[in-house]
Amino acid sequence: MSETRFTKDHEWIRLDGDTATVGITKYAAEQLGDVVFVELPVVGKLVAQASEAAVVESVKAASEVFAPLSGEIVAINEALADDPAKVNADPEGAGWFFSMKVSDSGQLAELMSADQYADYVKGL
Amino acid sequence: MRRTPLRLLDRMTAADLRQTALHALHVAAGARMVPFAGYDMPVQYKPGILQEHLHTREAAGLFDVSHMGQAALIGPDHATTAAALERLVPGEIQGLGLGRMRYTLLLNEKGGIEDDLMVTRGREPADDGVLLLVVNAARKEHDFAYLRERLPANVRLVTFEDRALIALQGPKAAAVLARHAPVVADLGFMTATSALCAGLACHISRSGYTGEDGFEISVPGEHAVTLAECLLAEEEVMPIGLGARDSLRLEAGLCLYGHDIDETTSPVEAGLTFAIGKRRKIEKDFLGAPRIMAELFDGAQRQRVGMRLEGRAPAREGAAICDDTGTALGTVTSGGFAPSLNAAIAMGYVAPRAAKDGTPLQLIVRDQPRPASTAPMPFVPHRYFRRKEEAS
Repeated sequence: MSETRFTKDHEWIRLDGDTATVGITKYAAEQLGDVVFVELPVVGKLVAQASEAAVVESVKAASEVFAPLSGEIVAINEALADDPAKVNADPEGAGWFFSMKVSDSGQLAELMSADQYADYVKGL
Repeated sequence: MRRTPLRLLDRMTAADLRQTALHALHVAAGARMVPFAGYDMPVQYKPGILQEHLHTREAAGLFDVSHMGQAALIGPDHATTAAALERLVPGEIQGLGLGRMRYTLLLNEKGGIEDDLMVTRGREPADDGVLLLVVNAARKEHDFAYLRERLPANVRLVTFEDRALIALQGPKAAAVLARHAPVVADLGFMTATSALCAGLACHISRSGYTGEDGFEISVPGEHAVTLAECLLAEEEVMPIGLGARDSLRLEAGLCLYGHDIDETTSPVEAGLTFAIGKRRKIEKDFLGAPRIMAELFDGAQRQRVGMRLEGRAPAREGAAICDDTGTALGTVTSGGFAPSLNAAIAMGYVAPRAAKDGTPLQLIVRDQPRPASTAPMPFVPHRYFRRKEEAS
């Protein structure tokens, strides 16, 4: 069972071997409101930790999603093209954004655990 | 294009913001409050912008628009007050009938738009010489100062800071409101009357900014909660936030001041020539008339147009508009997702050669060209209520 870690920018990341799945948290999805479009990176793109990896558009505004770790994009959630509402319905499951091959899993230690993230959100 | 990192969505403090009379009601209803035009306002309630938008198009939505500026121009008689205002707006105000209202534009010397506003002539003989104004929230202090500097000594401006304004919009708005104010059943679009609503003395106009039939109800602030609760208790009515207000007016092709029109845009560029009265075009005695009349005859340098994108990705304010070869034509001034069309739409200014409906365009979103084309507005047909004798 892999552990999910969280960023201060409200992304979640779940590492399985050297492949990580990334999405936005339930808190972020609630704050954004209805998601109408998600712009995902192309497979094969190299992203650096904290660089822009995706853009999520709600009715109201566009928001950046940053790569929680450095690595290479290996898959994207194609289902979001037709049904971006999955991000609101199941942000930490079927509403995942992309998966990436992580180049330095040591970076994971800098991210928050579920408990730490819950405390962080409470303080906002 | 401006984007918001997710971390910036953290709740902002509301310390310096003003509150409308309905503020506590919004908070109790679970609204997400945001700063808007100096007020702490509901951007959405629990159902979210999409549902609120669709509900307004299907039934009735209640909007708190108390942040908008309400005022009256008071002069000795209608002709004097109307003539004073006509110096500053291009609309036919002298010929406005009793209880009639008109959308018009506050102009500057350069023919630019200082604000857009609603003007209503009182219905009762006792109101002779009174014109009621409703101006944009973000412009009210500016407008009131602008008017006071330019009014003749015998016409004064009185502001109604303590009045709330509640909009009830949607195809079921009339049936709902008639239960509490039977007189509205007989009110044509763009007319107004003083009336008791739920036993409260109100000023009701059949108007709005969603493209739907509907009403705006001005009520003393101390009675606003009673009136709002009474209307919200009707099963057809749902509270609607500013998010859906914006997507509704965009679908209706209506301008948002500070975005689609500003001090530099003229009524001709903005496609608002319907707001210029016939007599006014002959007399040419309003501020900015030289530019506006020249543009009426010779055409403007740029034209406001509607645009439809091919995919769902919205092009927001500031996105560049290019032709299909990539040559720049102008800029998006409002853009977003249209819930009633399930598509991305926008409005903006282009060179006249690209203003024809169906012109292929590219809108540049995050450095990527997105295919689009010029589209007629409104994007969603208006459904205003016209009485039979007015329709002919």
